Amino acid sequence: MSWAETLRAASEAVRAHRLRSVLTMLGIVIGIASVILTVGFGQGAQDEVEEQISALGSNLLIVSPGSSTDSGGRRGGLGSATTLTLADAAALADRDAAPDVAAVAPVTSGQVSLEVDETNWTTSLVGTTTSWPQVRTRDVASGRFFTGAEAAGAADVVVLGPDTAAELFGGSSPVGESVTASGRTLTVVGVLDSSGASASGSSEDDVAVVPVGTALTISGTTGGSVSTLYVEAASASTLSAAHQEVTALLQTRHGVTSDDPDFSISTQESLVETANATNETLTVLLTGVAALSLLVGGVGVMNIMLVSVTERIREIGLRKALGATPRVIGRQFLVEASLLGLAGGTVGVLIGVAGSWGLPVLVDQPVTLSWLATGAALGTALALGVGFGVYPALRAARLTPIDALRSE
Amino acid sequence: MSAPIITLEGIRKTYRSGVVEHEALRGVDAVIEEGEYVAVLGPSGSGKSTLMNILGCLDSPTQGRYLLAGEDVSTMTEPELAVVRNVRIGFVFQQFHLLASQTAQRNVELPLVYAGVGRAERRERARAALERVGLGDRVDHRPGELSGGQQQRVAVARALVTEPSLVLADEPTGNLDSRSTSDVLDLLDELHDAGRTIVLITHEHEVAARSRRTLVVEDGRVVRDTPLPRRSLAARITDEVVAP
Repeated sequence: MSWAETLRAASEAVRAHRLRSVLTMLGIVIGIASVILTVGFGQGAQDEVEEQISALGSNLLIVSPGSSTDSGGRRGGLGSATTLTLADAAALADRDAAPDVAAVAPVTSGQVSLEVDETNWTTSLVGTTTSWPQVRTRDVASGRFFTGAEAAGAADVVVLGPDTAAELFGGSSPVGESVTASGRTLTVVGVLDSSGASASGSSEDDVAVVPVGTALTISGTTGGSVSTLYVEAASASTLSAAHQEVTALLQTRHGVTSDDPDFSISTQESLVETANATNETLTVLLTGVAALSLLVGGVGVMNIMLVSVTERIREIGLRKALGATPRVIGRQFLVEASLLGLAGGTVGVLIGVAGSWGLPVLVDQPVTLSWLATGAALGTALALGVGFGVYPALRAARLTPIDALRSE
Repeated sequence: MSAPIITLEGIRKTYRSGVVEHEALRGVDAVIEEGEYVAVLGPSGSGKSTLMNILGCLDSPTQGRYLLAGEDVSTMTEPELAVVRNVRIGFVFQQFHLLASQTAQRNVELPLVYAGVGRAERRERARAALERVGLGDRVDHRPGELSGGQQQRVAVARALVTEPSLVLADEPTGNLDSRSTSDVLDLLDELHDAGRTIVLITHEHEVAARSRRTLVVEDGRVVRDTPLPRRSLAARITDEVVAP
């Protein structure tokens, strides 16, 4: 019996028991779809983080309070939040002390609720200096950034992110308008260009940038401590030199050694690594769970094929009486199981692909479809069908024709 | 005369379940020539089903020799027997054993599929066989859409389609009403007249009476081997001379 005939007989058998075939495939369908979606989610999250981080610029050093552990986690000691100050920023900006540092932007970050008439919008509040647009490579789309004088005087001015401006003012230009933040009235002097970092609406475009002094009064803190120092190296090639200068200078200023630092410095590269490591762990974990469900699907195929062998014992007997050799019978059941696996896999891939397009719309989480994972999932589905079909096929092949024919 | 189609020499079959041995056949000898129409008659438990299984190469004897068309099949392996069944034997079963999900046409084609016959030729031969059993207009019907008698005729068509040396009918009328019974038996008569060798297993004397020779099986042995008088050779010659 040719392979084409075997395939025909197997597909006839699959179609003859439609409901059962569909239920059998369900396990594989769910398994494959979840593997594709999990890998897609993991990949999507990773891409998004990488995009955000690369938008920071490659010349950037990010100085955070607290020391960082080997695993990439950050340990904040008692009062560590106050270890970085505006004075540190000023010292790092000193050309003589740190010649490879091009610019320093101290940043305080927090949340603020902005009000315009009846509209109320909570966004992230960034208090910084005039170096911020240069260091963070951001441009102003309309209006202007605040000036050095405004920064020094903690003037009541604000530069809005494009999303924030849209939320508060709709389509009209907000430049010159007023917004209220914690009882303080700020004048909008400019609107930032979109960071273009991510299509999924990253927080980079939903932000209110004010002079650092203004931010401190809005959030009600005093003492001039900041949460992050963004340091721009003169060029990518001087990044490590700048790294050493910043480290040395801050250690001296804080009176700490490299064994016990109270700050940590990240580069774009190290941030990507950390983020990827976290994402990868999560992806591996979730994919493992999805793969388990795939395995369960495979066991389901075997179970149904065994039932099918028992139920069709007379059919097997008849086929043997009519001249089917054990090999031909075994092959038919193996091909049937493989068909179930492959069909389940195909439907699973379709659902996975559809899900990767549909889900981002629903849950605001990007899904990057990995064709490699999709192909591998399809291969796995087929392998599951074959693998879990072997035993039932052997059982069918070994039936003696009279036992099979006589059974009721 | 050519070699007999079936030669049984001292066939014994012992079934063993645990320590209990049951001897279903205790030394059966028989010779069936090509073109014969033989009934194997016996009550249930006589060993006739075991004999049918061995004749049909569905089971191997514990002892003895079985020559089918000159070939010793008593020592063959299952894959070899499968080929012998496919080429030499056409089965008609009591329960019809048709595939419910497939058309009459596909059911009849099945042995040809295992014989490796190409699609177009299969189709043609299956249609011819269905035509021959009077179901030329039912080729696309599924078994569920056919009466019991029609289903058994599909089964007969399936038994014929490979042009086997031997048609083996195991209680072919056991599940049929009297009209269908006579239809199917008429069909077997026709096949016999056309020169086919037919072995019919039954427990009913009326059915056995349609054959030309009866082997009565009791207690695992052939106790009587009677050519029936109803249509003796002389009567057949007369028939043929008288017939137009």
